[in-house]
Amino acid sequence: MSAKSLVEEMKRGLDAPICLTWELTYACNLQCVHCLSSSGQRDERELTTDEAKKILDDLRDLQVFYINIGGGEPMVRRDFFELLEYSVGNGIGVKFSTNGAFIDEEKAQRLAAMDYLDIQISLDGVDAATNDAVRGEGSHAMAIRAMDNLKAANFGQFKISVVVTRHNVSQLDEFKALADFYGAQLRITRLRPAGRGADTWHELHPTNAQQREIYDWLLKHGENVLTGDSFFHLNAFGEALPGLNMCGAGRVVCLIDPIGDVYACPFVIHDEFKAGNVRDEGGFAKVWKQSDLFLSLREPQSAGACASCGAFDACQGGCMAAKFFTGLPLDGPDPECVAGDADEALSVIARGSAPKPGMDHSKPITLTRKRLPVGA
Amino acid sequence: MTIALASVLEIHPQVAVRPEAFGALAYHYGNRRLIFLKHPDVVTVVQALHDHPDVQSTLSACGVTQDRWPSFIAALTSLETSEVVREREITG
Repeated sequence: MSAKSLVEEMKRGLDAPICLTWELTYACNLQCVHCLSSSGQRDERELTTDEAKKILDDLRDLQVFYINIGGGEPMVRRDFFELLEYSVGNGIGVKFSTNGAFIDEEKAQRLAAMDYLDIQISLDGVDAATNDAVRGEGSHAMAIRAMDNLKAANFGQFKISVVVTRHNVSQLDEFKALADFYGAQLRITRLRPAGRGADTWHELHPTNAQQREIYDWLLKHGENVLTGDSFFHLNAFGEALPGLNMCGAGRVVCLIDPIGDVYACPFVIHDEFKAGNVRDEGGFAKVWKQSDLFLSLREPQSAGACASCGAFDACQGGCMAAKFFTGLPLDGPDPECVAGDADEALSVIARGSAPKPGMDHSKPITLTRKRLPVGA
Repeated sequence: MTIALASVLEIHPQVAVRPEAFGALAYHYGNRRLIFLKHPDVVTVVQALHDHPDVQSTLSACGVTQDRWPSFIAALTSLETSEVVREREITG
């Protein structure tokens, strides 16, 4: 079977997801300006420990090999280690994303003692100024301290996870050097206009010239750098980047959010892409296998306005979430289409008229945090 | 390692195999690699390796006709390289 027909098979959906993201909580100590899940405050409907374990039982029965845990900041949950151990004990490997705030020396040693565990430390600038402008004051130091602790505890190869913005594209070589210094693996992913990112995407997303830089850099380093296959829209430049080159939403990928809602992917927290809830009868398995939304995503998708473009096979029209939250039609070009085919459509969409992310758990901005200048 | 009809193989103990419509997905918990088994017959053979003395008897037992053996040897060689199968350890 050729690689192409394998991709066709995957588009028809799998019996269980390959890549399942589970945001454990909307609570977070940070307020990153591009947060995909608009996290900040805990949602009182959050899944309990018992409910979370029930989901892990279901995932074991579905033979899900591993899960990606995120948030919010997942380590905020008091039962974080309990769930970690329960998952691994069930044969489900865990990769979790964290800002590192809670990885002190003791926690680092505890994590280093566990099997089948991967850790991704989020870092969006090699220097504090670049990183903290996006992730908040002190967050660079927080991440570095966590990495130092993991290194000292001999955790092994953790991952440094970077969201590529127009302010850190020029630092890709430095990120790689930083990862090499820690014996870590670099992971770079695409900035999506989801969550709070919908408000900041226009200012933060890479310019067209920078997209070319990212593509060239990935062609050169791609084999050793993880991307979550998130840059496949760049394949329209020419040679394909490593990876599956397809949108996996609802087919091989999905998201379980902290209150049990199941979405097609981590970048579309919006009612339109909600397939069901794990608390519904039949649980997660029924949502994955039978929800109308997921079944429709597994049908052949129309290329729409991209049908006549010679690059469609290479880029597949790009990312569904990026189109949706910038107000573009789903069967047309990606907002970052490298041929510029979305530029005209984007220019006439009034700011604020695109669909709003579904839930907002941002902390209220208080006067103590953002003091207005005197006389303003 | 060269795989031959006389090779004695088993699924790597750190590998889980999940059947799918196109064949199966295999996941290696050690190196975190996901591997695609792209034909249901290959899945059947891989899962039967442990129950037979060697590759040839496994192929026969799974009803794989002799003209297809070379392609199965090639598939098993590739799966050995990616550590989905390995030389069976003799126990007891």
